[in-house]
Amino acid sequence: MAEKETKKKKIPRQPMTEQEPEERRRNFDEVPLGYSPDTAIKEAQRCLQCKKPSCVTGCPVQIDIPGFVKEIAEGDFENAVQTIWKRNSLPAVCGRVCPQEIQCEGECILGKKDDPVAIGNLERFAADYAREELNCELPEKAEPTGKKVAVVGSGPSGLTVAGDLLLKGHDVTLFEAFHKTGGVLVYGIPEFRLPKDIVASEVAGLEKLGLHIACDNVVGRTVSIDELFEEGYDAVYIGVGAGLPRFLNIPGENLTGIYSANEYLTRANLMKSYLFPDYDTPLAGGKNVAVLGAGNVAMDSARTAMRLGAERVRIVYRRSREEMPARAAEIHHAEEEGIEFYLLTNPTRFIGDENGRVALMECLKMELGEPDESGRRRPVPVEGSEFKLDCDLAVVAVGAGANPLLTSSDPEIKLNSRGYIAADPKTGKTTKKGVWAGGDIVTGQATVILAMGAGRTAADSIHDYLTWGW
Amino acid sequence: MFKIIRRESMANDTVVLNEIEAPRIAAKARPGQFVILKANETGERIPLTISDLDAERGTITVIYMVVGKSTALFKTLAAGDGYQDVIGPLGKPTHIEKVGRVVCIGGGTGVAVLFPITRGFKEAGNEVVSIIGARSKDLLILEDKMGSVSDKLHVCTDDGSYGRKGFVTEVLKDVLDNNKVDLVVAIGPVPMMKFVSKMTFEYNVKTLVSLNPIMVDGTGMCGACRVTVNGETRFACVDGPEFDGHKVDYDNLIQRLRAYEEDEKKAYDAYCKLQGWR
Ligand SMILES: Cc1cc2nc3c(=O)[nH]c(=O)nc-3n(C[C@H](O)[C@H](O)[C@H](O)COP(=O)(O)OP(=O)(O)OC[C@H]3O[C@@H](n4cnc5c(N)ncnc54)[C@H](O)[C@@H]3O)c2cc1C
Ligand SMILES: Cc1cc2nc3c(=O)[nH]c(=O)nc-3n(C[C@H](O)[C@H](O)[C@H](O)COP(=O)(O)OP(=O)(O)OC[C@H]3O[C@@H](n4cnc5c(N)ncnc54)[C@H](O)[C@@H]3O)c2cc1C
Ligand code: SF4
Ligand code: SF4
Ligand code: FES
Repeated sequence: MAEKETKKKKIPRQPMTEQEPEERRRNFDEVPLGYSPDTAIKEAQRCLQCKKPSCVTGCPVQIDIPGFVKEIAEGDFENAVQTIWKRNSLPAVCGRVCPQEIQCEGECILGKKDDPVAIGNLERFAADYAREELNCELPEKAEPTGKKVAVVGSGPSGLTVAGDLLLKGHDVTLFEAFHKTGGVLVYGIPEFRLPKDIVASEVAGLEKLGLHIACDNVVGRTVSIDELFEEGYDAVYIGVGAGLPRFLNIPGENLTGIYSANEYLTRANLMKSYLFPDYDTPLAGGKNVAVLGAGNVAMDSARTAMRLGAERVRIVYRRSREEMPARAAEIHHAEEEGIEFYLLTNPTRFIGDENGRVALMECLKMELGEPDESGRRRPVPVEGSEFKLDCDLAVVAVGAGANPLLTSSDPEIKLNSRGYIAADPKTGKTTKKGVWAGGDIVTGQATVILAMGAGRTAADSIHDYLTWGW
Repeated sequence: MFKIIRRESMANDTVVLNEIEAPRIAAKARPGQFVILKANETGERIPLTISDLDAERGTITVIYMVVGKSTALFKTLAAGDGYQDVIGPLGKPTHIEKVGRVVCIGGGTGVAVLFPITRGFKEAGNEVVSIIGARSKDLLILEDKMGSVSDKLHVCTDDGSYGRKGFVTEVLKDVLDNNKVDLVVAIGPVPMMKFVSKMTFEYNVKTLVSLNPIMVDGTGMCGACRVTVNGETRFACVDGPEFDGHKVDYDNLIQRLRAYEEDEKKAYDAYCKLQGWR
């Protein structure tokens, strides 16, 4: 056994081929190019097939990781994807965007001494292989129950609820405010990280299962929750995400050329501004771009700006490198593409030119002081350290809040003190009868896989309610 | 698809009316609210006010001025064609109540936005004095409809080709000097709203204006539409589009409306060439 282990460890973690930084920083094509079947098998062979697999405890939806990795190692890609699908209906998405280093891969035993198994890459491989090469049969649907469910919001949590309930035989309609389905997966996360065809094909799969899609419906405006019940829906799931941009509230923030990340990314991704004028929605190009914040949203904005032709792109963040919340892979990709990091730097005001367009950003240097409530050392300003940066385009990516549009239209749905929907974590039930909620509108901006996990929990509870009335 | 069931050309073909099938929206919309329209897959999301509606027929009416590429594209749509997407009703409805005497002022296509609000105030039992203006006679729209919901209608044109020569503010001054006015509603080009608000501030008359910043989603998720009101940032698509005219930072609005001027002009010119219009 010991000998076998040493032998296995000798295979190094298989890197995924990527577009070269010099080339990709100016195009919108996907950056990592995927594993070949041979590389996938080789990587899968690294797994020790642990009896008590710690990787699984790191996965919020508990995919049978050793199970599917073994199937890949044996070249049985079809069963590998079936194994994943049992727990996760969007593996092509999660394989690409999960923060694996703090989830599954973060717990992988191999990671203690060596690099962990590339679980995300393997998951992505299996899903891509199934989509591109296999003609997998649709999963079996239960007998129609005659019950109707309205799912509000078509992000990962809404899609998961819809998929689960369709399989259980319910009649599901997805209501989406935008003209396209996918939530953050289409309007937020850029094409070079998550090709939109993948999201579209996942949605098309659900349509084949019988999903009805109602885009252009702003629930709370076009139709209310009560009206959905009047129209004959038996249950409603709310998965509307955390769609309220935060600003810094510093002077000069309403100059032109200053965007919320939501606006910047929506124009670029959903409205395809990068194809202007073939697509009609414009987006200012900046020479000196400053992106404020250091999460995934900030990395996506910075890398988008680079691709739109910026000369310099700076990430400006008031804490230090350790605190940057983005996935490790995104930070690494951004650095490779020439994005500069201005850490321990806090913007204090924007200064405009004579046309009201942003021209300069004033900042203060920070240093780390005592730890705050979150246990992170609090950044404190260094006196007299003001300096100005050239900045003709700024993207504010300092987080999102709860959009009150829907919730304010229905007072029976109680909110927590931060404005998010109060839902029972075990069931997803809200304070209004027949209404469930999950994903970012309950937790605040989190991750794709957590939003999906919440969707699954709620789907189970909705099914119980529709079957037994509780 | 949202089908256009009636199309009318107005003001020398610079303004177009579309009556569109949108039963859910028609059942819900109230004066002051707007929709976002997208013509096709590559199209931009364009906000337009609901100028009229027919809940029984399930239709809404929008009236738009052709100013750039997207509205030029809308103009090519005939009755029987449709918009890929129509989203709404968005924005807060106008707060309509009986206040006494209301002066409703509209400039250019702003009159289309003003009409349902004027009708609302009239139906709520107010005495309504309306003032509508345009650059010249052939650009004036909705005179008859405005007349039908006003106790008194004043018309003016910049060049004097019809009605009184001059700006709406001149008529407004006469009205304010000779009457007790309880509320002014002003909708039109930003400079018009700015000057009306300046005047009514001096007369201490409450004034509502309807702001038209650039928008993307129209649901409060992007902040493109932010306007500065009373020194604070507000989102016009959810907090407005109507605001207290005395508190709006109009210069900031004008600047923000110009954000894409160059690109828009290029796209418009290219589109006109493609269509053989010039
Ligand atoms: C730029 C960006 C990058 C990210 N990168 C990552 C990453 O790398 N990895 C990761 O795990 N997570 C990432 N996240 C976070 C992740 O995307 C979210 O946590 C997840 O999408 C939340 O899913 P959801 O289903 O709750 O909501 P969303 O995906 O936000 O979807 C909500 C949907 O509801 C619709 N909606 C809103 N209001 C209404 C209404 N009134 N009526 C009808 N429909 C409505 C919205 O239009 C939207 O389509 C990122 C987020 C952003 C913004
Ligand atoms: C709430 C609201 C209600 C409106 N109602 C009406 C209406 O009833 N009738 C009408 O004729 N117009 C209305 N507008 C303005 C209309 O949306 C713009 O004229 C239209 O978007 C211009 O698009 P374009 O591509 O043809 O021109 P562009 O080439 O995009 O722009 C020409 C000029 O129009 C302005 N503009 C551009 N995009 C927008 C935008 N998204 N929103 C507002 N202004 C913009 C800019 O100042 C620009 O310089 C409304 C705007 C808002 C926000
Ligand atoms: S879903 Fe995410 S966390 Fe779970 S195994 Fe896949 S990549 Fe890892
Ligand atoms: S912890 Fe690592 S080595 Fe063990 S089963 Fe999971 S992936 Fe394989
Ligand atoms: S248009 Fe996006 S917030 Fe108003």
